[in-house]
Amino acid sequence: MSDAHHDDHAHGPEHYTRIAGILIALATASWIGPMIGDQFGLRWLTMISAFGIALVKAWLVIKHFMHLNVEKRYVNYMLITALAFMVLFFAGVAPDVMNHRGRQWENVAAQAEVKRALAEAAAGGGHHGDHGGGHDGHEGGSHEHGGHEHGGEHGH
Amino acid sequence: MMGKPIATTRSATGIPTGRLAVWWLLASEIVIFGGVLASYIIHRIGHPEFGDYAAHTNQHIGFFNTCVLLISSYFAVRAHHCAETGDGKGAAKWLYYTVGGAVMFLCVKSVEWTIEISHGYTITANAFWSFYYTAAGIHASHVIAGAIVMLWVASYAKKGKELQRVEYVGLYWHFVDLVWIFLFPLLYIAK
Amino acid sequence: MAHPITEQQAPHGHADAHHDDHHHEQSFWSKYVFSVDHKIIGMQYMFTGMFMAIIGGFFAYAFRMQLAFPGMSVPGWGHVSPAEYNSLVTNHGTIMIFWVAMPVLIAAFGNFLIPLMLGCDDMVFPRLNRLSYQIFLLSAIVLLASFVVENGGFGGAWTAYPPLSAKAEYSLTPLGSTLWVIAVALEFVAFLMGGINFITTMMNSRAPGMKMWDIPVVVWMIVLASILFMLSVGPLIAGAIMLLFDQTIGTGFFDPARGGDPVLWQHLFWFFGHPEVYVVLLPAIGIVCEIVPIFARKKLFAYKTVLFTAFATGVLSFFVWAHHQFIAGIDPRMANVFTVTTVMISVPLAEMMFVIVATLYGGQITLSVPMLWALSFIGEFIIGGITGIFLGASGSDIYFHDTYFVLAHFHYTFFPIAIIGVYAGLTHWYPKMFGRMLNETLGKIHFWGTIIPFNMIFIPLFLLGLAGQHRRIWSYVNFPELASPEMQNLRVFATVSLVIMLLFQLVFIFNFFWSLTRGKKAGRNPYNANTLEWVAPSPPGHGNFAEMPTVYRGPYEYSRPDRDEDFWPQNVPAESSSS
Repeated sequence: MSDAHHDDHAHGPEHYTRIAGILIALATASWIGPMIGDQFGLRWLTMISAFGIALVKAWLVIKHFMHLNVEKRYVNYMLITALAFMVLFFAGVAPDVMNHRGRQWENVAAQAEVKRALAEAAAGGGHHGDHGGGHDGHEGGSHEHGGHEHGGEHGH
Repeated sequence: MMGKPIATTRSATGIPTGRLAVWWLLASEIVIFGGVLASYIIHRIGHPEFGDYAAHTNQHIGFFNTCVLLISSYFAVRAHHCAETGDGKGAAKWLYYTVGGAVMFLCVKSVEWTIEISHGYTITANAFWSFYYTAAGIHASHVIAGAIVMLWVASYAKKGKELQRVEYVGLYWHFVDLVWIFLFPLLYIAK
Repeated sequence: MAHPITEQQAPHGHADAHHDDHHHEQSFWSKYVFSVDHKIIGMQYMFTGMFMAIIGGFFAYAFRMQLAFPGMSVPGWGHVSPAEYNSLVTNHGTIMIFWVAMPVLIAAFGNFLIPLMLGCDDMVFPRLNRLSYQIFLLSAIVLLASFVVENGGFGGAWTAYPPLSAKAEYSLTPLGSTLWVIAVALEFVAFLMGGINFITTMMNSRAPGMKMWDIPVVVWMIVLASILFMLSVGPLIAGAIMLLFDQTIGTGFFDPARGGDPVLWQHLFWFFGHPEVYVVLLPAIGIVCEIVPIFARKKLFAYKTVLFTAFATGVLSFFVWAHHQFIAGIDPRMANVFTVTTVMISVPLAEMMFVIVATLYGGQITLSVPMLWALSFIGEFIIGGITGIFLGASGSDIYFHDTYFVLAHFHYTFFPIAIIGVYAGLTHWYPKMFGRMLNETLGKIHFWGTIIPFNMIFIPLFLLGLAGQHRRIWSYVNFPELASPEMQNLRVFATVSLVIMLLFQLVFIFNFFWSLTRGKKAGRNPYNANTLEWVAPSPPGHGNFAEMPTVYRGPYEYSRPDRDEDFWPQNVPAESSSS
């Protein structure tokens, strides 16, 4: 039924069990790593154990469970293209949405919200109360219309 | 039903039609999850306060669910292995185990969400929680869809029919697993 | 050859209740309503699309009458209130793009043509195909329902920018805008399913002997469009869910005061919205590329160039989206990048136009009705393309943005795509769809009665836009600088032209139904064309081909000097060449 899978017939259930074991071990590492990282303030450890290990896990699943390595080459290209467009999307959107200040524009509403939330976190050390933080900003904020306040070059 | 049209039985690319369609389905899923996650990452980096909000997620439950999905993915690949050797009953058995993993995942998730909501971290609390529930919710809907399709495929596989579908639904399930592999650090660990 | 396969029922016994019988015993319902036959599904898409086009056209009539004669009671509608005006404009755009251009150009022609042109008996997933239409129909019903709910249909423009779309206190249509988002999301799901079907059918189910470069251009174009759609729509599906939550649950994804960002929606929307232009453009160009070689009796000039330029267009179309947002507050440095990519994308499009013109050069041109539509496509689309360059340059766009210049520009692109392209395809493949020829005289009356008023509508709108007339304004009476008699006269002129154009569509509708029974019998191949759909009977029966064809050559071998006949069908072996 799946003629492109000659290589896999060599893989018995033991092989899959081994891979699953490695995956669980990696997941455990990505769980414990950040806890150690947070404990000792090692941010790099948190980041590597969280995202580095996620990439390794993804690679293992793709290769050994989805068998993408023995699939026709263009299937890889197809999926990579989809992924690349998402990177493109990120690259195109981040300069506007991720930043709150750029050349001749400023996102006043977002800046105010960040400032408010950080001040609240510093004061309350994280609000365990029965309300989420956002509502305060929503009710008290003066920027309901939001949007980017922008100046000069756009002839406003 | 008129049986399968000739078109379905042709394979000019050398890839069985069903598997080719699943790859395209996954490509379209990549951009759906890509849109959510790109939007989330942009906000996560742009809003330092998200770190404080994320501290209230429960990474132990997240880790447990990661393991559940990884193991269910392993079950799915065992089902595929059985299907390849023509063992329909075995394939159905492993698919049912996979569905069990999906159900376990959803149960844990609902307990987790209940705890969080009862602490006031609802979807409207702030943008972090909105993204948290939306991204995980879209993922959970894929888990539910995958479980239903697997039950359907297993009901044929049990009788030794349409065994190729075991592989296709498995591919989809591995993808659902992959998404969670990235959702876990993004939502729980990044503090 | 088709029969042994249809006998293979036993292993695939997952039958729907109404498909238990053999196909010749099908009831009306299973044959026309719950059919899995690609031709019937194509027709369903086409008739649904045409029905929605009538609604979209009627909406245009209602709001144009309001603009020409502010405050009058429009015959057939009544008094147009500001909220109704917004809703009419919004849903005219939504319907024409999502419920007319997409279903007719991609789904109707794709469903009808792809299996026929590839020489197979159906789509690879017939039941998925049926499900895709059913979801599409549901989406259309949800959209229509949104017009009649309390407070009326959504009026926040088809781009649905928040906060106008996200909050009921701004849109004033709490239910209408939610139904609108749901309808659009359902429509996307339908087209994702259809797209997977088209793509896999083309990749896997070609007739024996048909190589990559033997596939007719229109099939390539529909498949490329499906791929573009599939890769661009994801973020907007995500965005639609986010917008739906903003509307219904009260999240703040697009509210900066709560940690969101409204510009994010614009990016999510236009990351899809701009490739969407090419999603509908490519099939229209594909249709033109099929028609022109047949009526010029000449090989399509540079077949591979067309495909490579289409491919380049598709890739580039992902790099231009922010040119819709030049004055939305994006960083000016990004505007520079997007200006360059926008101007770049005109190169492959211009190349496609040149290819079609080069195909005409030296050909024996017959000005039949489909050919007239195909040629007018080029002429009108070039106007749309050239005016786009002014808008793509961020400097001049600051002045033109949101004026009627933009509106006239994109109607000069979308009208050739969604109306001219559709009429070209319909008049061309009508004999294959229904087995009879359309009336040529009525067809020509309809052609000129559409093309001339079309230009008379939108050239005045270009002038109004240059004069600074802003879009999305209910009545210009209160804007002294826009209410001068000269400008008002142009508005009246455009509106009268619209009414004339709409009336001429009755000629087509009459011709369509009259020819169904009274038209000349078409026969298999009325145009002496090469592609495989002309090998099948007209209309093709169940399974399409009596004998599944084998392909020996490319689709555009017309007027070969070494052959007596001026055409050489793809399925005719070389030995029996000199007939």
